[in-house]
Amino acid sequence: MTQPVLTVPEPLVRGPLTRTDIVRYQGASGDMNPIHHDEGFARAAGFTEPFAVGMFPAGLLATWATDWLGAENVRRYRVRFREQVWAGDTLTCSGSVARTYEVDGVWHVDLDLVCTRQTGGVAVQAWATFVLPR
Amino acid sequence: MANPAAVGHEGEPFRLDVERGKIREFARATGSSNPAYLDAERPPVPPTFLTTQFFWQDGGADAWQRVELNQQRGMHAEQEYVFHGQPPVAGTSLRCRSKITEMYEKRGRRGGVMTFVVMVTEFRDETGRLVAEAKMTGVETGRTPGETS
Repeated sequence: MTQPVLTVPEPLVRGPLTRTDIVRYQGASGDMNPIHHDEGFARAAGFTEPFAVGMFPAGLLATWATDWLGAENVRRYRVRFREQVWAGDTLTCSGSVARTYEVDGVWHVDLDLVCTRQTGGVAVQAWATFVLPR
Repeated sequence: MANPAAVGHEGEPFRLDVERGKIREFARATGSSNPAYLDAERPPVPPTFLTTQFFWQDGGADAWQRVELNQQRGMHAEQEYVFHGQPPVAGTSLRCRSKITEMYEKRGRRGGVMTFVVMVTEFRDETGRLVAEAKMTGVETGRTPGETS
């Protein structure tokens, strides 16, 4: 099979995020740490207000990738948490192809992924590997 | 301070049932309208879905407790999921086990010592085949996260 040509889709833009978006993710994931929804708890920990679970922007970025290359085709997804995400933020999820390569007749693609805030700051950075169906 | 004796500690096995409704809820919460998640009879899990193991991992199954990371200074640094083949699909019952595999220190840019701790969770299907692994890296900084600019 010849090397596949991939067309990178438009970025996924989400926002402005609401407290409800953050809490909906908490409920779905089961991570009910009060620092992500309880004003008093967040302030006592030294923050101005609650902020999003890091896995929330990580999940949005994964959504951009699986909506492009297929939910069943992901083989690896690694994310690094860089900046906190707050209610009111607008996030942009996008990525690029790092390389495509063949293993035992199956084409794989490695992606460099990034989720940025409206400030330009990087919320999460990720690396993913997908297989490409024939 | 994190407890170095936690390295090598393995939690008790626990079970994670991959449920269709939970996948749907998770997909929607992470901004997906992908019919592969929302409409399929046996949808695959989204890449970060296995984080829902929090629901199932308590008591002796929760290996992370042994780490004793200072919660005021603790943060999630990295998370990785590896799938050995197609990600598990709804209807699968996974046998899981977590282990503290690594602890190391690094000097931060502002001089403080940061302690990193790694926990690996293995997910096996009903036949015992390793279908996925999750690797969580937590960090304890030299100051509280609230002091982060």
